[in-house]
Parts: sequence; structure tokens; C-alpha cells
Amino acid sequence: MTGLAQVKEVRSSRAKSRGAALASESSRTITLGTNEACARIRQVLASVPDPEIPVISVVDLGIVRSVEPHRVVITPTYSGCPATQVIERDIRAALDSAGYRGVRIETALSPAWTTDWISPEGRAKLHAYGIAPPSRHAPECPQCGSANSEEISRFGSTPCKSLWRCRDCAEPFDMFKCH
Amino acid sequence: MPSLPPIRPEDEARAANLHEHGAFDPAGGAQGGALFEFLLRLGDDSLVLGQRLSEWTGHAPSVEVDLSLANIALDLIGQATFFLDYAGEVEGKERDGDRLAFHRDVLDFRNCLLVEQPNGDFARTMARQFLFSAWQHRLFAHLAASADARIAAIAAKAVKEVAYHQELAAEWVIRLGDGTDESRRRMQDGIDWMARFVPELFEADDLTLFLAEKGIGVDPNAFRADYEEQVAAVLREATLDPLPVQRPILGGRRGHHSEHLGHLLCTLQFLPRTYPEAVW
Repeated sequence: MTGLAQVKEVRSSRAKSRGAALASESSRTITLGTNEACARIRQVLASVPDPEIPVISVVDLGIVRSVEPHRVVITPTYSGCPATQVIERDIRAALDSAGYRGVRIETALSPAWTTDWISPEGRAKLHAYGIAPPSRHAPECPQCGSANSEEISRFGSTPCKSLWRCRDCAEPFDMFKCH
Repeated sequence: MPSLPPIRPEDEARAANLHEHGAFDPAGGAQGGALFEFLLRLGDDSLVLGQRLSEWTGHAPSVEVDLSLANIALDLIGQATFFLDYAGEVEGKERDGDRLAFHRDVLDFRNCLLVEQPNGDFARTMARQFLFSAWQHRLFAHLAASADARIAAIAAKAVKEVAYHQELAAEWVIRLGDGTDESRRRMQDGIDWMARFVPELFEADDLTLFLAEKGIGVDPNAFRADYEEQVAAVLREATLDPLPVQRPILGGRRGHHSEHLGHLLCTLQFLPRTYPEAVW
């Protein structure tokens, strides 16, 4: 949506400045093309789910670091995360089927991924799915909403999650660890 | 498991006259270049300990502990992949991380002796983890500022993971040490077994000092006092004996390993060596 809005804005400004010099006109055309391509690639990426937590997309997870017309840069979450290779394969498949065969996927380690990059939408989706989003304090139980929770195990079902228990409704739940 | 006797002045005098290198050392020192050797040390530490920890999968005292150990192993194998892939590129002989992990012989491994020690019981595994992770955490914190951008990026990522390993292991050392008579005895045994291999972590050989000077590596003695302080504090809280002062047992960084590493590699390397083209 942001991409479309940008395109509209550029178009209307072009319409207003009909008398502008040819050079400036052509540079605008390039900007428009680039923005549009990036926005479309971004939409494709937003449809690729995380293999471990399929309710959030790789974009929600914050691992897509940059999108350019011929290049997508991603970063692994944990050094040993087995999902990293699956994610790259899934992104490749999604780009290919959307017609972006020429777009390269590159992996960058620096700056290191942090849970601060999980989008607000991603956090909301995690919570709705039953995983407490990363929090510096005792997390809210995704089942009953109580903050009266305790850690059972520092490591949960995957390296990125720890195991908690709600003291009020007694349900165990996963928390996405701050990282 | 008794520790080695303390260093006597006459031992030091004798050591000063001994040859520095052993029979298996390549003539002329490091063969593949200093950076390659350094990356092997970093990668092999993580690889070998990751393999050791994965031996616990399905055998740990509880499911939570099982998950913890498997996840720590996963972090370590991930770090090893980054370091060994980079080592292969630096070497330029078309060997990648897998090739280096699966097709090198025991004398070509450059890990420290601590990480190859057998798991023993859970207390001994946690003793090894604590003594190693506390060291690795400080090492990576320094390497995050390495003049080599790739090493800095890997270390900056890994240091966050190792912070968890260190914390978890320290908690177990304290819980078992300050626990029942049985758990305390086992934790003390574990520390005694592993403590012998701590001095090697602070060995500053020519390669370490060379790379430290270049700003690529770090002399581990820069964080030795900090490390010893933390270890002492945790052992005190765990009501365990402080680490003994003893003469260093060295060799891992030059490929002189304990018998245990060969057995570990048999398991690690069996499949790719038996079926070299296997894919799945």
C-alpha cells in the first residue's frame, strides 16, 4: 500500500510540473519504476511465512533488510537457526513464481538481527497465535492476558523461544526471547 | 578426579629448555596462513562442543534440559559453519565449511582440549559449558570489534547467543553445587575434571599475538582477570572449591589432542566419509 501511495504521489507531482526540464522528467521516471518494483517485491516477500511460526511473514520477522529491484538482502535470526535455509528457499520460490527470477537473494550478518526488528503487526500476530512477543519483563499470558507468569525453561521448542507458565490460568506458553 | 600438581620452580626451569613444538607440527609453523589457522580455531571450538552437546539429545535429565542442550548445540554448529566457510574462502582451495568439518583428520583440528572432553554426567557437561562459554563470551565481545569485518559480524551475532549459554550453565553450576550432597559431589567432580583445560584457553602463542597486533584477534589475557573473577564468584556461590592453580596442558591449537577427539570425529564424520556424495 505504501508503494502504491508513493507511485500516486510521484504521478500527481509529475502532472503538476509539466513544464519541468526533460532531465528531471526522466529521473522521475526511474524513481517511479524503482519504487514500484521494490513495492511489488516487498508484497511478494510479505506473503512468505516463517517456516517455524507460519502466522508471521519474513517481513514481519524483520529479517528482510533491504529490497532493491535486483537484490533482496536478508539476515539470519540465530547463527544456527535451521529455518534460515528453508526461508531462503521459500523466498526464492515466491520470487520465481511471481516472475522475479532475476532478483538475487543475499545474506548479510551485520548488523546482527534483533527482536526489536519484529514489526508491531508481527508482535500482534505472535500474541494472537499464542506466543508472547519479546518483552524485557514477565510476559503477558497469551491465553488469559495475566502478567503473573514464570519462566520454566530458558530454551523452548526452538532457539528463539523460551518456555513460560501462567500462574493464573496454569497454561504453559512460548515467549519469543529478546535477542 | 584429582588435579595435576602445582607448578614448581624446577618444572618451569625445565620447561624453558624444552622444544616449543611437537613431532607432528608442520615445519615452518602455520601452513594455510595466520587468518586461516585462526578461523579454524574459532570454528573447531564451536563445532566440537556442538557435536558433544548433541550427544545429549534424547538423554538429558528432563525435556527442558534436552531442549536447552540441543539449542546450544545448534547455536554452536551455526557459528562453526560461519567460521569454517570463511576459513575455506580464505584458504582458496575450494573447501567449504562442510568439507573442513567432515574431511579433516584429527591432527588438523585446532580446537582447545576443553571442548573435546567427554560429557560425563550432566554436572560435568555443565562444568565444561560454564568454563567454556564464560571464556567464549568475552572472546566474541572483543572480536565484535575485530579489524576483519566478517569476523566482527559473526562475533557480534554470536555473542548474544553465548550470553544465554553462559547464564544457563552458571545457573546449573550453582544449583547443583549448592544442592544435595550428591549433586554437590558430582558438580565438584565435574569442575575438577574440566579445570585442567582452562589454562589452555589463555595460551597466547605467536599466532594469537600476531593477530592481536593486527587488530584481527585478541590476546585472551586481556580478559583473563575478568574471567577468573566471574568463575570464582560462581564457584563461591555454588559452595565449590576455587579453580586450582596448575601448569597448563597445551596442544589443541597445534593439533595435539586427547584420545577423545578421534572418537568424536568417528561419529561426526562417518556418513560423509562412507558415502562421500550423499545428499538429502
